[in-house]
Amino acid sequence: MNVDAVMDYDEVMAAYEPVIGLEVHVELNTASKMFCSCSTSFGAEPNSQTCPVCLGLPGALPVVNAAAVASAIRIGLALNCSIATWCRFARKNYFYPDMTKNFQTSQYDEPICFDGHVEVELDDMVFTVPIERAHMEEDAGKSLHVGGATGRIQGADHSLLDYNRAGVPLIEIVTKPVTGCGAKAPEIARAYVGFLRDMMRALGVSDVRMEQGSLRCDANVSLRPHGVTTLGTRTETKNVNSLRSVERALRYEICRQGAILASGGKVKQETRHWHEDGEYTSAGRSKEQAEDYRYFPEPDLVPVAPSPEWVAELATTIPPSPTARRAQLRQQWGFSAAEMRDVVAGEALDLIEATVEVGCDPQAARKWWMTELTRRANALGVSLDQVGVTPAQVGEVQALIDEGVINDKVARHVLGLVQAGDGSPRRIVADHGLAVVNDQSQLQAAVDQALAENPDVAESVRAGKVQAAGVLIGAVMRQMKGQVDAQTVRRLIEATLTD
Amino acid sequence: MALTNADVARLADLARIEVTNDELTVLAGQLDVILDAVAAVSQVASADVAPTSHALALTNVFRDDVVEPSLTPREALAMAPAVEDERFRVPRILEEEA
Amino acid sequence: MTDLTRSSAAQLAQWIATGQVSSVEVVQAHFDRIAQVDQAIHAFLSLDYDRAMATAARVDAKRATGEVLGPLAGVPVAVKDAFTYEGLPTTCGSKMLEGWMPPYTSTVVRRLIDADMVILGKTNMDEFAMGSSTENSYFGPTHNPWALDRIPGGSGGGSSAALAAFEAPLTIGSDTGGSIRQPAAVTGTVGVKPTYGGCSRYGLVATASSLDQPGPCARTVMDAAMLHEVICGYDPRDSTSVNAPVPPVVAGARRADITGMRVGVVKELGGPGYAPAVERRFAQAVDVLTGLGADVVEVSCPHFQYALPAYYLIMPSEVSSNLARFDAMRYGLRVGDDGKNSAEQVMRLSRGSGFGAEVKRRIILGTYALSSGYYDAYYGSAQKVRTLITEDFTAGFESVDVMISPSTPTTAFRLGERVDDPMAMYQADLATIPSNLAGNTAASFPIGLSDEDGLPVGLQVMAPPMCDDRLYQVGAAFEAAMEGSWGGPLLNQIKETAR
Repeated sequence: MNVDAVMDYDEVMAAYEPVIGLEVHVELNTASKMFCSCSTSFGAEPNSQTCPVCLGLPGALPVVNAAAVASAIRIGLALNCSIATWCRFARKNYFYPDMTKNFQTSQYDEPICFDGHVEVELDDMVFTVPIERAHMEEDAGKSLHVGGATGRIQGADHSLLDYNRAGVPLIEIVTKPVTGCGAKAPEIARAYVGFLRDMMRALGVSDVRMEQGSLRCDANVSLRPHGVTTLGTRTETKNVNSLRSVERALRYEICRQGAILASGGKVKQETRHWHEDGEYTSAGRSKEQAEDYRYFPEPDLVPVAPSPEWVAELATTIPPSPTARRAQLRQQWGFSAAEMRDVVAGEALDLIEATVEVGCDPQAARKWWMTELTRRANALGVSLDQVGVTPAQVGEVQALIDEGVINDKVARHVLGLVQAGDGSPRRIVADHGLAVVNDQSQLQAAVDQALAENPDVAESVRAGKVQAAGVLIGAVMRQMKGQVDAQTVRRLIEATLTD
Repeated sequence: MALTNADVARLADLARIEVTNDELTVLAGQLDVILDAVAAVSQVASADVAPTSHALALTNVFRDDVVEPSLTPREALAMAPAVEDERFRVPRILEEEA
Repeated sequence: MTDLTRSSAAQLAQWIATGQVSSVEVVQAHFDRIAQVDQAIHAFLSLDYDRAMATAARVDAKRATGEVLGPLAGVPVAVKDAFTYEGLPTTCGSKMLEGWMPPYTSTVVRRLIDADMVILGKTNMDEFAMGSSTENSYFGPTHNPWALDRIPGGSGGGSSAALAAFEAPLTIGSDTGGSIRQPAAVTGTVGVKPTYGGCSRYGLVATASSLDQPGPCARTVMDAAMLHEVICGYDPRDSTSVNAPVPPVVAGARRADITGMRVGVVKELGGPGYAPAVERRFAQAVDVLTGLGADVVEVSCPHFQYALPAYYLIMPSEVSSNLARFDAMRYGLRVGDDGKNSAEQVMRLSRGSGFGAEVKRRIILGTYALSSGYYDAYYGSAQKVRTLITEDFTAGFESVDVMISPSTPTTAFRLGERVDDPMAMYQADLATIPSNLAGNTAASFPIGLSDEDGLPVGLQVMAPPMCDDRLYQVGAAFEAAMEGSWGGPLLNQIKETAR
């Protein structure tokens, strides 16, 4: 339950400038863990993907996964970072039951990637987000809290630990303090996290499923009065695990901190938790003193020293940034800026690209994904890529239209059947007899009937009032149950009348 | 350099070790003696000396990203003080950490 | 029939290979000996009779079919209780791990098994290898077979005492600051610390990862060399393992010739703190080496005086982190789980109860040395000293092939004499620590008895990294020279006190 006072956002903005910082953890999609050969696959039976190394058993030793290092370097290159020529792992020492060794093998003052920047788009403007570092580390196990309300840690009777996730490779990407965002800070944060998600996907280094925790975000924010150059006291909000939450949690924190500062109080440097349901943050455990992690170089692992040749080779595998890619695709596809923005916001970019790849016209692909399929996804409450229709199937539907086999109306019906699992569009059209009728005698009979039933209309069309043909076309279409191409009908009506 | 009992208590807390007051007093005295002796390192540790973290100058020791069989859950849990639902059962956790 | 337990491992191996005795007879003889004397010595923490006898029988059967076996096939060996071996508990001499059955086997033990050697059981040690007397074992101290009221050295006192009491012809130790060499010195046996990275640490429960090194313990130089070749070599499971051939140690032992070898007496490893009787015996050993044709000179290693201080910062720091995993959550002792205490309280209670005084002392010392504000002054400075000591070795080895010193400042002290004085206890490792900090190889060989107390004195030989064969060359030459005056191995002079 929210207990803190909040101030109106615009009022905060009138007095203060927000400075944000984001720490994003990306779970890599390597086959095996960071330091051992256990599988990283999601959703396995509890404690079925553990070994002496990731269980932290006495005597076990870590060995670095080469693919994880390669992914880390590729991520760094994609974020325009410098790549360390020599760096070490370090132990971050603290006790917590989800950590089998009670230290996390991470990197401290020698991150593998550092000093980068990315450009994110927001409302046709481009913001540069400075990147402090991206470093390698390992994930912890998962705890299940038993006996309390709703599985929360508070009030639990005991906890159950599954270490399948322990040791899964993580890359932590940390921004420098991002200044100059003004009131757009929360939206820029959201756009940045969205950028990272798209970039990671393009790199193919992570599943980046926020709902499964393979991309996790901690959002920092502080306020300072306009004109002041020193940073204010920041809070770190954890558990911000959707793009929407990134924006909302920051907006909330800004309003909360604003209320404190405006009333002459001091913001406390602390960790806060985002409550998705109630849309507020609450303070974590207050610590008497700053956590002392007693970092020191990991003696069980030797330094990582990527050769310039290796880095150069990895550099050839970096796809264009999402921002650049959008600009390029927009030009290729001939979309307007507004159309492209809607496509990106609607999470349809990859789907449209895949649809175009199977030969579909870009505007047609956009139309299907942004209208009919978005409607269907919304109705089901799922994301667009979970709607049950693949880009290849959309391409097939459009091909059927282009071939004149079906029309738009039938196409929508076919998509519904595809979604219902009836098979491929071609198969559905054949099985359900949905192909446009090309039997001229049947169609001619329908046209003749329509002309006979609407002599006045027929007469005015004959007299040159071409718009009036719509009534006749509609009548024919009804007669043919829609399984006919409107243009074909129009031509036939005109031909019949001029005979 | 004199460590107080409170200093030692704080360290023991960081190290998650329950110590009695008697132990604290003994430890504080012993640690003082040891710290006096080891402080000698600062006499020669000048800024121009590079620290050594590893005895050998190896770099880039990696393994291929290949999955090998894990322990079975039964093997993994065999030595656990308490087990429930194929998971390690631990007492309630007080604090949320990083 | 000769007493099989008095024979060298090389001799036993030859007899077994030629069928003069069976492995079963040899192994049984050692179990009989253990039954006879171990109540007084307490070298063993666990015995593996059934499996050992089955292995011995299998070796005999293999031999009978004419299969060519390894050079130590069928020979018994005992392993320090810090190495995991499925089927036997691994306790590290700690209440914390009492009864812990590891689900995996260490590389060293795996190599013993692959060499068809027969594992008798696990030997006693100071808790988590911290100590110089085995008095820190939760399961009670081991007694020195030369005088039961004396310490057998530590931490590997069980392994050295088992050799000296003829309970095993070969044992495995681990050396963090002298835990192989110091026990060897005070029991009149041979102990070798290979080059760091020469012998896999996988499955050796870590004390201080950057210093720990497994190694062979034996009664003769050749026996140690043969065991060295079995257990050493590259292991991809240990990231700090050296990917290079094992130095030709058996050839070195066989050569036993030091004519023209340049031997440096380390000036700083003598004088104040070293017992006059030890220095006298050492001086006589130097004369023997000179007599054998070695070119003996004095070398200076000015930073060795800082080795002990640096060691007592680096070792506890790594200990504090390595031993954090013993938290009562996944394995090991759990105390105070009454349904009310939190996980944090149970961790504290379990660690408070499960660790002995020395372990707690070092964990707390290490926690202090790594904590923010003290890191640079303590841990950071100690790492710099490590550099200086390595440079001393490098400079020294430019002018000499090996360096020598007494292995220990004194002979075996009395049980109980130093338990309340940590600094006095730490002095036992004065001479052995530099080689752990620098990572070079070093050994202790028996050079005779003290003219004061009649107890053994050891000669420490140090060689550059991956020149382990030089140690054996010196040790074997010395051993051959003395055998005449000693009437066989020095251990033959031991009084049968252990009945």
